[in-house]
Amino acid sequence: MLHSLLSGDYPRSRPLAAILLIILIGLALTPFLFPGSQPLNTAAKVCIFIILVASYDLLLGYTGIVSFAHTMFYGIGGYGVAIALHSAGPHWGPLALGALSALVLAILLALVIGLFSLRVRAIFFAMITLAVASAFAVLASQLSDITGGEDGLSFRGPALLRRSFQLFEEPVFGIDITGKVLGYYLLFFIALGLFLLALRVVNSPFGRVLQAIRENEFRAEALGYRVVVYRSLANCLSAGMAACAGMLTALWNDYTNPDTTLSFAIMIDILLMVVIGGMGTLYGAAIGATLFIIAQNYLQVLMGQLSEALSAAGIPLLPLLFHADRWFLWLGILFVLSVYFFPTGIVGKLRSLRK
Amino acid sequence: MSTAAASADFTLPKVKTDWLPILLVPAFMLAALPLVGDPSTWVTLTVAALAMGMMIFLMASGLTLVFGLMDVLNFGHGVFISFGAYVSLIVLVPLADWVEAHNVWLNISVLLLCVLAAMLVTGALGWAFERVVIRPVYGMHLKQILITMGGMIVAEQMIHVIWGASPIPIKLPETFRGAFVLGDAAMEKYRVIAVVLGLTVFGAMYAVLNRTKIGLLIRAGVENPEMVEALGYRIRRLFVGVFIAGSALAGLGGVLWAFYRQTLTAGMGMEVNVLIFIVIIIGGLGSVGGCFVGSLLVALIANYTGFLAPKLALISNILLMVLILLWRPQGLFPVAKR
Repeated sequence: MLHSLLSGDYPRSRPLAAILLIILIGLALTPFLFPGSQPLNTAAKVCIFIILVASYDLLLGYTGIVSFAHTMFYGIGGYGVAIALHSAGPHWGPLALGALSALVLAILLALVIGLFSLRVRAIFFAMITLAVASAFAVLASQLSDITGGEDGLSFRGPALLRRSFQLFEEPVFGIDITGKVLGYYLLFFIALGLFLLALRVVNSPFGRVLQAIRENEFRAEALGYRVVVYRSLANCLSAGMAACAGMLTALWNDYTNPDTTLSFAIMIDILLMVVIGGMGTLYGAAIGATLFIIAQNYLQVLMGQLSEALSAAGIPLLPLLFHADRWFLWLGILFVLSVYFFPTGIVGKLRSLRK
Repeated sequence: MSTAAASADFTLPKVKTDWLPILLVPAFMLAALPLVGDPSTWVTLTVAALAMGMMIFLMASGLTLVFGLMDVLNFGHGVFISFGAYVSLIVLVPLADWVEAHNVWLNISVLLLCVLAAMLVTGALGWAFERVVIRPVYGMHLKQILITMGGMIVAEQMIHVIWGASPIPIKLPETFRGAFVLGDAAMEKYRVIAVVLGLTVFGAMYAVLNRTKIGLLIRAGVENPEMVEALGYRIRRLFVGVFIAGSALAGLGGVLWAFYRQTLTAGMGMEVNVLIFIVIIIGGLGSVGGCFVGSLLVALIANYTGFLAPKLALISNILLMVLILLWRPQGLFPVAKR
């Protein structure tokens, strides 16, 4: 049972398995363990980013190509749901239609970009995706008739997922099962399903070919695998998953705007999560995303206190370096160091501990 | 004796110049004239486009040379632009009087001091960047992209640490404000200055690349680095030099760009970076001439479509890139073997 769920890809390290189990249980029981909307929001964000980062890892870690258009697909998912619900009202029908059309659009766009630029060289693909994604972000913020411009679109989700909805009369384990909690579990199980699907993909023969291309493109081609076809498929798959993550975000937040879905800052966040967690392992995506979002929410507070303590002690430059807004500096340094010294990230480090 | 005489008579066949892409630039300008209609508007737009093109060229040339010579694509190139722009504050803040003075020479010297300071600092930064960030990852594209992105994040955050996170307004020196009026056409003075400066640098760069031994080595290195090394030249040292020069040029472009926008933000380099990538893809990765033509094309089309169809202008450069790649998949001037 477990073997087929994980597609035979076990964590292969006790501490790693323990961390993953903690993350899984923590996410599964968040509404009961940490009541309140702030922890629930954080948990939902973690779930979404695990999917987003896992889908990016499919490209970067498994296929060895760098794309900067991942937020574009994420945004397409978000806007697909937002535009449908905004214009047709809070029903399941428009939601499904919006989600489906976003998925198709994302996959088609990925296919076009891939066919256009993946034939040449990895570095070319990186530059072209960067250009296309930035143009898309500008378009989304300028075509305000459709996308709501810089403010984005706010809408209402289906009645079942609203805060005002109550599933049971009585609280369960002291918690009201509101539509929000229901929505969280919908999100959680979709995310879990997508993650297991991604595991299935990378451990299939198809996934092996992707890894072969990453290791030696020339040899993979010589063995009879059409590299362009495999890379394009991986690109489409990853784009589709990213679009799903975007839909979940939109549905959870009840709004979509350029800042939260299309901005380059999010692209960099994803890159950091993949590399710090560990490229080429989907478990790394889970750990990287969790760690990053916890750091985003709690490291700032810690650094703010440190900075105050330092400036109280009268040290000149250091308080500026540890200012609460500078948490990204330290993550950036961690990122550079991890590319040099442990390119397999936290997961690789944990796995090598055993040997 | 006879062989020496024979080799003296022997001249290398002339390299054929590929005129087609170069002719695209005047063709674009002429094609836009009837579309824009009013000649004076056309002059204003064209001067603006040329100024923008020169600035983009200054910022992009270093990147394309570095890529051509050593196969390193620096995704953090934008940071040198931002740094150059911020470093001009070192000059501008203490010399605020010179900026406001109604004296041409003081104004010019403050601009030149800004440029000098920016080039020195970004050159030094480029040297450090090459040493610390890029040297360990030669030949590994994936890691290069990641590591230079990381370097960019850290450097951008350091700008926040040093100069603060909020945008800083800066002022043009007194002489360069306002516009020349030529008939009905108004040309902003500063844009004319930018064109002159850009052309000077392009001329100097062209001369160095085509008339000096260093330039010869650099061009040879782009074609075939192993061979240059085998002939006894230290290609590494050459590369470090080009990297420093490229960073300094980015710093120069950053100063010009900053005066053009008149605000400083840490992300300004990264914003132009996208444009720079488009330019060097259009021009052909590694080709300086292509980079020049590409910058002009991108700037021209951005300005003309910005006037004719503002909504289309947002994606005009992407469309241009797609069309050019459909015509020549390796860019306008493909560099051999890349």
